[in-house]
Amino acid sequence: MNIVVCVKYVPDASADRRFEADNTVDRVGVDGLLSELDEYAVEQALQLKEKLGDDTQVTVLSVGPDGAGDAIRKALQMGADKGVHVVDDAIAGSDALGTSLVLAEALKRATWDLVICGMTSTDGAMGVLPAMLGERLGVPALTFGSSLTVEGGKATIRRDGDVATETIEASLPAVVSVTDQSGEARYPSFKGIMAAKKKDVLTFSLGDLGVSADQVGLSASWTAVEGTEARPPRTAGEIVKDEDGSGAKALAEFLASKKFI
Amino acid sequence: MAEVLVLVDHVDGAVRKTTHELLTIARRLGEPSAVFIGSLSDDAAASLKSNGAEKIYTVDDADIKGFLVAPKAEVLAQLVGSASPAAVLISASVEGKEIAGRLAVKTDSGVITDAVDVQAGPVTTQSVFAGNYTVTAKVTKGTPIIAVKPNAAAPEAVEGAGAVEAVSVSVSAAAKSATVTSSEPKAASGRPELTEAATVVAGGRGTGGDFSAVEGLADSLGAAVGASRAAVDSGWYPHAFQIGQTGKVVSPQLYIAAGISGAIQHRAGMQTSKTIVAVNKDEEAPIFELVDFGVVGDLHAVLPAVTSEVNTRKG
Repeated sequence: MNIVVCVKYVPDASADRRFEADNTVDRVGVDGLLSELDEYAVEQALQLKEKLGDDTQVTVLSVGPDGAGDAIRKALQMGADKGVHVVDDAIAGSDALGTSLVLAEALKRATWDLVICGMTSTDGAMGVLPAMLGERLGVPALTFGSSLTVEGGKATIRRDGDVATETIEASLPAVVSVTDQSGEARYPSFKGIMAAKKKDVLTFSLGDLGVSADQVGLSASWTAVEGTEARPPRTAGEIVKDEDGSGAKALAEFLASKKFI
Repeated sequence: MAEVLVLVDHVDGAVRKTTHELLTIARRLGEPSAVFIGSLSDDAAASLKSNGAEKIYTVDDADIKGFLVAPKAEVLAQLVGSASPAAVLISASVEGKEIAGRLAVKTDSGVITDAVDVQAGPVTTQSVFAGNYTVTAKVTKGTPIIAVKPNAAAPEAVEGAGAVEAVSVSVSAAAKSATVTSSEPKAASGRPELTEAATVVAGGRGTGGDFSAVEGLADSLGAAVGASRAAVDSGWYPHAFQIGQTGKVVSPQLYIAAGISGAIQHRAGMQTSKTIVAVNKDEEAPIFELVDFGVVGDLHAVLPAVTSEVNTRKG
């Protein structure tokens, strides 16, 4: 079986993330890495490979700047077999529709049975890309799976929704996205890190994928950010130490003064 | 004035509060048209009408029930074609996002998710980077498709015409390729839904696994109960109640964090709450940087005492 995992190179969520003057995410001034939530997608692909046997190939696909090579490398260190990196200056500033177009064109030129994505990126955090890929590729999309099984040519996920927990299945080929509940992602082993050095990463430009530069990028986006504003720091609140029940009394007073009681 | 399509979110025919919020937002942008997929009861029709729906499109779901969201996206795409709406509003649930993503591709339209406010334009407001930035944005191509978070507007009761119009749509075989094979309703806790609640009391590592004090205070305040990732990962509370980046994002009037340190992962899920209160033994806990009121103390002592104060004051 051929599995493609789509991964994103994002600014470190624990760093001080910010925007550029053109309202795009600052991807240069803040250290980047493999989006934490995509590690769960890589993990699910590797577990399937282990279960299904050695002829299963796991390819990691990323659309992003030069640094995205680091995200691909991390997935290869975890155990993926090879990488595909779509890099082109014209892609910068693309929104989800633009990115999904590039990913879909790359996938149309590859052989795959299953595409696995993380539930959402940790930067844009929209969570719509897997559904867009399903639509663009004309295949079912099973999104936000808290577990994934693949058997008898079918993919099945469990989805914990607001009002019900559902079991959803579809025939392959399909796109799925998995949540952080699907199973803890492994750390690269020393062996994995060494092995990754020898693994192939193919690089494609937009031209290689038959996408013209004016279909993507900031100017071709379907959406525009008008303004960004850092949230003003919260004004320091009152903090009391509890001594023999004084804390509870003070808190009840506070709640009453704000009319919560 | 142009129509604004609102996809009705309902559970077995009962219209959810988020839909009333969407109808209120729709009135700022044009004339609200509710899109109800399923069989519309009199109660549901009345609830849509009394929240401002001028039109109610009903789509029989006999043909698409049990299939996932792709048919719903096709239904909306056909209505976008026939009604040329000023915008399409959808709840930002997991299903809503999937519908929004597919609809955007089908209609070649821009999509914005997780809007916490939508004003005329439409101009949306989103909270990004774990709540550290507020972003305003616009759709610049096609029909604006906006997935709106719960509590983005207070529902206003305004009588609409509520004209029911049955529409028949053809759904492709391709849209029926994902099947829901089982559905297990969430056990009702008797508490408000986490993302819709006006007050949330959440417990973390400091509970030590005992949520009784958290639940007790929540019940005295009529609040929903939430949990930090640490508490969920320890198996103390179900994942459905996790607040944070990969769980629920809440923005209630009052948020009470008990025994939660306030890691970035958690802050992403609650820092836009209006009033924040924390109870934590560790006075160095980062959660205290966010609070309007904080108590340094043991939650197992403080929470029950507050609960009895609340109950006394309620009389």
